Amino acid sequence: MRRPSRLVPAALALVLMLALAPPANAHLMTTGFGPFYDGLTHLFLTPEDLLQVIAIALLAGLRGARSGRFAVFALPAAWLAGNVAGALALPHGAPFVVTAAVTIALGALVAVGAPLPPEAVAGLAIAVGLLDGARNGGDLATARASVLVAIGAACALFVTLSLLGGQVVSIRAPWARVVVRVGGSWIAAIGLLMFGWSLRGV
Amino acid sequence: MRRALACLGSLALAVPAPALAHVRGGEAIGLVSGLQHPVSGLDHVLAMVAVGLWGAQLGAPAIWLLPVTFPMVMAFGGMLGLVGVKLPGIEIGIACSAIALGVAVFLELRPSLCAAAVLIGFFAIFHGHAHGTELPPGADGLLYSIGFVIATGTLHAFGITIGLVHRWPAGRTALRSAGAVVALAGVAFLWRALAGGGV
Repeated sequence: MRRPSRLVPAALALVLMLALAPPANAHLMTTGFGPFYDGLTHLFLTPEDLLQVIAIALLAGLRGARSGRFAVFALPAAWLAGNVAGALALPHGAPFVVTAAVTIALGALVAVGAPLPPEAVAGLAIAVGLLDGARNGGDLATARASVLVAIGAACALFVTLSLLGGQVVSIRAPWARVVVRVGGSWIAAIGLLMFGWSLRGV
Repeated sequence: MRRALACLGSLALAVPAPALAHVRGGEAIGLVSGLQHPVSGLDHVLAMVAVGLWGAQLGAPAIWLLPVTFPMVMAFGGMLGLVGVKLPGIEIGIACSAIALGVAVFLELRPSLCAAAVLIGFFAIFHGHAHGTELPPGADGLLYSIGFVIATGTLHAFGITIGLVHRWPAGRTALRSAGAVVALAGVAFLWRALAGGGV
């Protein structure tokens, strides 16, 4: 008989955590230009999501064009899938402490310049997309937001990843790559403080 | 006619349509407070700039390793403060950091990379703890954190930029003088901290 994968209990734990999480307090800003643009701006008004997207863009960019191409498509697609899951079944998304832990991990990976293969970068992008998408999906469903909001947010992810990741891929000067890694350390530092805030309950 | 308009205006003000905007206090306060906090105290500013100066003196890879180490360990110190872990002598630790870093720059000390990172990390905990426990009321915690990490990193970058004069003999002397000034200021901070109870 085939042994069950270690991924199964991990996936069960993730689903349980998402199902039992307390309600998030994310907000949707009304731009006045319609739901698509509301979604487009949503990413830039949600710093905890934006930090993770920046970290993925930096990580993928440092690992080269192939990683960048994977991330650019994997994260928005996973975000939309997570969004649907969040809207249908996981109304509260992951707790903030998980978001903080993921931010620390992503920032640290950028800071140390982890030599990840493109498939691993894509896997991280999918995981981040699912987590963030599920959290936002629950909020958007609660707010009875249009599906255009989710599409707008996914477009914002795509554009941010493309622009930032593309810039990092094109970097050749060693000092400039170091600057990118320093940026990763800042993200990890912010993640550590997010972790503190979440433990404190603010 | 004017009276009628005034009555209508008063009525319009008295029976307003419900506003749909929602107030989420603290975002701007949080980010601006976070950006201001590290530059609001001279002890923090001098220590952060000294980290950059020392990194520039030591050259690669310390020039980027120290500014990477400091924010991460500082954030760890901030997290300890946030979760309520008490650290004794925070102000004394911050003053000692200025003395130690100033002396390191003044003497152009060249310890091993690991020793330099440990020294920087040790003092970073005190700076982070002080920042982490000083969130202004009503401010957004996450944006405050983003602000103060960016401000701290910018101070390091400022120090590194100044430290680039190290390649010229006159610049080297100027850097050592700056280290002496930081160390002397650190002594003054230590005196103040001891006089004030050191907490």
